[in-house]
Amino acid sequence: MFWVNKAHAGNTFMPPQASNFAESVDTLYGFLYYSSLISCILVIGGLVYFAFKYKRKTASDKTAYIPHNALLEFLWSFIPFVIFLVVFAWGWKIFYDMRSAPKDALEIHVVGQKWNWDFVYKSGRKTSSEFTIPINTPIKLIMGSRDVLHSFFVPSFRVKQDVIPGRYTSLWFTATKEGNFNVFCTEYCGTGHSTMLAKVKVVSKAAYESWLENNPYKGLTLSEVGQKVYAGRCIACHNVTNVKKIGPGFAGLWGSERKLTDGSTVVADEAYIRESILNPNAKKSVGYEEAVMTSFQGQVSEEELTGVIEYLKTLK
Amino acid sequence: MSSVNKPRSEGGHAFHFDGPEHEFETTKFGIWLFLCTEVLMFGGLFVAYFLFAHKFPETFIEGATYLDWKFGAVNTAVLLVSSFTMVLSIYYAQNNKTKQCVNMLFITLACGFIFMFIKYLEYTHKIDLGLLPGDMFSFTGEMGSTNLGLYFSTYYMMTGLHGSHVLVGMGLIVWCIVRARRGEYNSKYFTTLECVGLFWHLVDLIWIYLFPLLYLVD
Amino acid sequence: MSSAADKSKNYLNHEKGLWSWLTTLDHKRIGIMYMITVMLFFLIGGIFALLIRFELFSTGGQIVDADGYNRMMTFHGAIMVFMVIIPGIPAFLGNFFLPLHLGAKDVAFPKVNLMSWYCLIIGAAISFFSLFAEKVATGWTFYTPYSISETSNGAILLVLGAFVMGFSSILTGLNFVATTHRLRAPGMGFFQMPLFVWGLYSTAILQIIATPVLAITLLLLAAEKTMGIGFFDPKLGGDPVLFQHFFWFYSHPAVYIMILPAMGIISELITAFSRKVIFGYKAIAFSSVGIAAVSFFVWGHHMFVSGQSQVAGVIFSFLTMLVGVPTAIKTFNWVATMYKGSIQFQSPMLYAMGFLFLFTIGGVTGVMLAVMAVDVHFHDTYFVVAHFHYVMVGGTLMAIMGGIYYWFPKMFGKMYNEFMAQLSFLFIFVGFNVTFFPQFILGAQGMPRRYFDYLPAFEPLNRVSTVGSWLIAIGFLIGLYVIINGLLKGKKAPDNPWGAKTLEWQTSSPPPHTNFHEQPVVTGGPYEFR
Repeated sequence: MFWVNKAHAGNTFMPPQASNFAESVDTLYGFLYYSSLISCILVIGGLVYFAFKYKRKTASDKTAYIPHNALLEFLWSFIPFVIFLVVFAWGWKIFYDMRSAPKDALEIHVVGQKWNWDFVYKSGRKTSSEFTIPINTPIKLIMGSRDVLHSFFVPSFRVKQDVIPGRYTSLWFTATKEGNFNVFCTEYCGTGHSTMLAKVKVVSKAAYESWLENNPYKGLTLSEVGQKVYAGRCIACHNVTNVKKIGPGFAGLWGSERKLTDGSTVVADEAYIRESILNPNAKKSVGYEEAVMTSFQGQVSEEELTGVIEYLKTLK
Repeated sequence: MSSVNKPRSEGGHAFHFDGPEHEFETTKFGIWLFLCTEVLMFGGLFVAYFLFAHKFPETFIEGATYLDWKFGAVNTAVLLVSSFTMVLSIYYAQNNKTKQCVNMLFITLACGFIFMFIKYLEYTHKIDLGLLPGDMFSFTGEMGSTNLGLYFSTYYMMTGLHGSHVLVGMGLIVWCIVRARRGEYNSKYFTTLECVGLFWHLVDLIWIYLFPLLYLVD
Repeated sequence: MSSAADKSKNYLNHEKGLWSWLTTLDHKRIGIMYMITVMLFFLIGGIFALLIRFELFSTGGQIVDADGYNRMMTFHGAIMVFMVIIPGIPAFLGNFFLPLHLGAKDVAFPKVNLMSWYCLIIGAAISFFSLFAEKVATGWTFYTPYSISETSNGAILLVLGAFVMGFSSILTGLNFVATTHRLRAPGMGFFQMPLFVWGLYSTAILQIIATPVLAITLLLLAAEKTMGIGFFDPKLGGDPVLFQHFFWFYSHPAVYIMILPAMGIISELITAFSRKVIFGYKAIAFSSVGIAAVSFFVWGHHMFVSGQSQVAGVIFSFLTMLVGVPTAIKTFNWVATMYKGSIQFQSPMLYAMGFLFLFTIGGVTGVMLAVMAVDVHFHDTYFVVAHFHYVMVGGTLMAIMGGIYYWFPKMFGKMYNEFMAQLSFLFIFVGFNVTFFPQFILGAQGMPRRYFDYLPAFEPLNRVSTVGSWLIAIGFLIGLYVIINGLLKGKKAPDNPWGAKTLEWQTSSPPPHTNFHEQPVVTGGPYEFR
C-alpha cells in the first residue's frame, strides 16, 4: 500500500499527523481519495469521450437501440457495493478504536461554554483556552457543556466529539508529536462560535512532569489557592475582616448586595467578583468612586481567579 | 371559481376525470394519503412518549394517577358512538335519506361537543392544581418523581394535538351538515361526506391509542 | 378541436388578468407562479450567499459582525432549503409537466394544488418577517438547546413559517401520488412513464411520509420555546440530541426530495439530446424508489459524533453505503446512454453533463463522509459544506437550469438565445468549481463550518472561493437575461424543437388549457428513438 501511505505526504490536503489515529485515518482517506479519483476519471472521462465521439453529425442520425445489458449492470452495481462494504468495515474498525479508550488513560475534564473551553486536571489544576499533555500517553477527555451544544475538534489528531449539556461524552487519543495544535468548536453555538478556540500543547513526558511540579498550588484546594493569591496580591488593599482598607473588606462580601454608583444594585456572585478583578471599573460601588484598583486581566490564571472566588466564599 | 376555470362535465365530475366513479376513487385515495401523513405526525409524538416512558417509567406511572380514567373512558365511549353515527349518516346519504343523514351528523357533532367539554373539565382541573407542562409545572402536593412536568408535557402535547383535530373535524361536520341539508348528498355523490367520515374515524382511532397510553399506565 | 383558431388559444391567453392567475386551478399556470416565486427566493438567497462569501474574503469582519453573519447564514440556509430547492423541481417543473407526461388534463386535486402555492407564500412571508424583524440566528437546522436558549423569539416564527411551507410540500406530494396512480393516459402503465415521473413519484412519497415528522418536530420546538415543555431540555429530563434525531428523520429524506426529481430531469435531457433510448430504464426507475425507501433509515449519519451509540452509528453508516449503490447505478446508466448516441450540445445537454460532472464529485465525497472514521474528521467542516453544495447546487440547481431551458419552448412557445445560454452555463460551471472545490481542501485542513472568522492560514483559499462566487453571480445574471429576453423577443418555438418522444412534445407549444387537443393514447415506452 505504498501509494496510499504516500498519500498523506501533503497532496491530499490533510493537516499534520499528530496522534495515534492520524495515520490510520489518513490511510483510509487516502484509499478513498484515490479510488474516488479513479471513479471520477472513469465517469467524467467516459462522459467527455462519448460526448465528442458521438457528436451529432446530421439532423437525421440514427442511434443504436440498447435498452439494457444485464452483465454490465450487474457489474457496476456489484463492484461499487463491494468497495462500499470494504470502506464501511474499514471505517468501523478505526471508529471502534476511537471509541475504546485504554483503562489507564490520563483523564482530563473538559467543560465547554459560550465561548471558551476549560480544562480540569485530576490534581484540581484548572486551565482555560489551553491545556498541556504529555506525548505518547493515552489521554481521555471527559467532556460536558454548561449551556448549549459544542463540539471538540482537533484536526491534527483527527478526533471530534460533540459536547452536550446534561451528560458526559468522551474521546481519547495519544499525541505523537510535540507542539501546539488548534482546537476548534465545530457545533454552531452563537456569536462567539468562530472564536471558541483553544490550544493543546503536547510536550515531552519530562516537561509535562515539571509543568505539573511547577504548579505552585500543587495539592491545594481551590480556596487554599485563593488564600495564597490573597496573601500575595490582594492583602495590600483588602482586609479579611469586614473593615474597609483601601478596598472593601472581604468578610461577608460574598453574596451581599452591592450598591453601585449608577444607582442599581448587584449581588456579589461569581460573575461580579470575576468582573471586579479583571475589570474593576466596570461596576463601581458606592463609597469607592475613586477607582484606584487596576485590572488584573492577564495577570491571574483561571485557577487563581476561581481560587479567589472560592476563598471569598469561606470568609463569612 | 371552479365553474369559471374548470367547467364540470355533464356527468357531474371535474373535467380532468373520466367520470364520477373515477373522481370518487381518486378523491378517496387522496384522503387515505392524507390520513397517512396524520398518522406519521402523531407518530412523532408516540415515539417521544415511548422514549420518555422507557427512560422514566416511575414518572409516567405516577403521572397517570393524576388523571381520572373515568373521564377518559367516557370520552372513549363518546367517540366510539360518534364514529358509529358518522357511518350511519353516510349510509343514509347513500340511500337518499337526507333527513336521517342530517340527524346522524347532528348526533356526531354533539358527541364532539361532549368530548371537548369533558376535555375542558379535565384541563381546568389540572391547571388549577398546577399540573402543567415542563417548566410551568407548579404542583405542590406530595410527589414521588422529580420530573412529573415531562409527563404532563407529553399529556398536553398529545391530547392538545388530538383535541385540535377534534375541533377541525367538528368544523368539517358542520360544513357537511350545511351541504347535506341542501340535499347535495345522495346515492350518486357523497364524496366529501365519506372523506370527512374517514378523517373522523382516524381522530377516533388515535384517541383509542391515547387513552390507555396516558390514563392506564401500569 | 383541430382548427387554427383553437390552436391560437393556449393556457397563457385562456384567461386574462392578474386575478385569473391568482385564482387559477390550471396546473400549468400554478407551475409558472411557482417558477416566479422560486426564482425570486433564489435571488434573495443568492444575495445572501454573495454577502457571506464577501464577508469571508478576509479574516475579521468586513461588512457585518458575528451576529450579523450568523443571521445571514441562517437566512441563506433557510431560504435555499425551504423556499428554493425543495419546491424548486417538484412544485415548479413537476407541476407543469407531470400531467403532460402522463397524458392527463390536470393534477388530481387542482384546488389543493393552488392551496399549496398559497401555503408556500404564507409560510415564506412568515419566515421573511422573522428573519428581518426578529433577528433569528439559529442556523436552518434549529439545533436545540441553542435555538431554545436564544433570547429572540424569531425562531418561533421561522419554525412556524417552515411548518406552513411543510404543508405546501405535503399537499404537492399527495397530489402527485394520486395523479400518478389515477390519471395516466390510456395505455400508459407504470413502465411507460417517463423517468422524470418516476423521480417525482418517489419524491412525492418522501414528502408525504417525511414532512409530517418535520411538522411535529417544529411544533414541539415551538412548544419548547413558548411553554418550556422540556422534551429537549436536559434540566427537565429531556434530551437535546432527540431533536437531532427528529430533525434528520425529515431532513435526510428531504435531501432526496431535492435530488430525486433532478435525477429524473437528467434522464429526460440525456435521452433527448443523445436521441437514444435510456440505458436500463427499470434500473433507474427502481433505484429512485430504492433510494427513497432506504433514505428513511440513514438519518443518523449526520450524527456520528453527536453522542449517539456506536451501534446506531454502525447501522447508519452501513445503510448509507446501501444508498450509494443505486446512486452509482444511475450515474453509470446515464453515461452508458450516451454511448453510440447522436449527441447535440444544446444548453440543456450542457447542464446535464455539468450535472454528471459535479454530481459525481458530490457523490464520491458523500461516500467519504459515510465512512465513520473519516467523517469524524470531516463532520461540520467545510468539506461537508463543499459536499452538499456539489450535490444540491451542482446536482439539483444544474438540473433545474437544464430543465428550464429544455422546456422553455414548451412552457412559453418561444425559443431563447442559445449562445447566451451557453455563456451563462460556462460562467456558472467554472464559477461553481472555483467557489466550492477549495472548500474541500479547507475542510480537510480542518476549517469548521458556520465560522464568521477563521485562522489566517485559511485565507488564500477563502479568497479563491469568494472570487468564484462572483463568477456564479455573473452566470446567473446572464441566465436571467436569457429567460427575460426569450420571453420578450424569442422566436416562435415549434411543437417539438428537440425531437423528444415524451407526451408533452406532442401537444402544441404552449399547450392549450386542457393540455392536449385529443386524448393521447400510449403505445410504447417514453424513449423509443428508433
